[in-house]
Amino acid sequence: MHLMEHAVFPGRYDSLEIICDLVTDQATKAGFDETAIYAIQTAVDEACSNIIEHAYQGEDKGSIEVTVTSTDDCITINLADRGIPFNPANIPEPNINGSLDERDNHGLGLYFMNKLMDKVYFEFSEQAGNTVTMVKCLHHPH
Amino acid sequence: MEVTTNRLKHCNLITVKGRVDSATAPDLSKAIAQSTDAGDYHLVIDLGGVDFLSSAGLRVLMLAQKTCKRYNRGEIKLAKVPPKIKSALDLVGFTILFNFYDDVVSAVGQF
Repeated sequence: MHLMEHAVFPGRYDSLEIICDLVTDQATKAGFDETAIYAIQTAVDEACSNIIEHAYQGEDKGSIEVTVTSTDDCITINLADRGIPFNPANIPEPNINGSLDERDNHGLGLYFMNKLMDKVYFEFSEQAGNTVTMVKCLHHPH
Repeated sequence: MEVTTNRLKHCNLITVKGRVDSATAPDLSKAIAQSTDAGDYHLVIDLGGVDFLSSAGLRVLMLAQKTCKRYNRGEIKLAKVPPKIKSALDLVGFTILFNFYDDVVSAVGQF
């Protein structure tokens, strides 16, 4: 495992673009193509937005700690926060087949994360707070 | 993100450029609301210059489409959607909620 980047950002929506640029740089260095990089950008944006919206319940309540590591084939992005515990099981699956009137606003971010990355897992501990870890591999069929 | 609105004869053309995420989606929402609040529900949104669109942006588009289509009074048509964004729209089933056009002229011509 090779550490590529570690940085801490304020939990604000205007941090999203900076975090996205950081992850894009590392994914480019790791050899991902444009489609995979867009998938990684989307997953990271959604994860960070969820941290601000759900864990911190708003902007400027805490920080987002970003760690990017890599192996030969995979990039791993770890995002940590100190907000309230986030349980993905509480997020309903979005309705992606219904008519316009049947759609609502919920669950799209988590759905993107799970669909676009090869592995996504959430952990919570009193010491470390919330961490979400997302893995994308170069030769995965996704 | 930059948003500009041009009032055309049969619709409003809203051109969006840059990054649409949780930070900027509220501004897109306000820009679309300027049209709908004025009673303009026939809208073409040109996404050709958008390089990133998150679920926050998708929510804005979906809610705006609901507003425009209510009482059959109008519709949002999407023009020049970049392939990577079209793939994301497809992944969450948004491609059945909008009509898509490769260029602005074709979209505007449908109104």
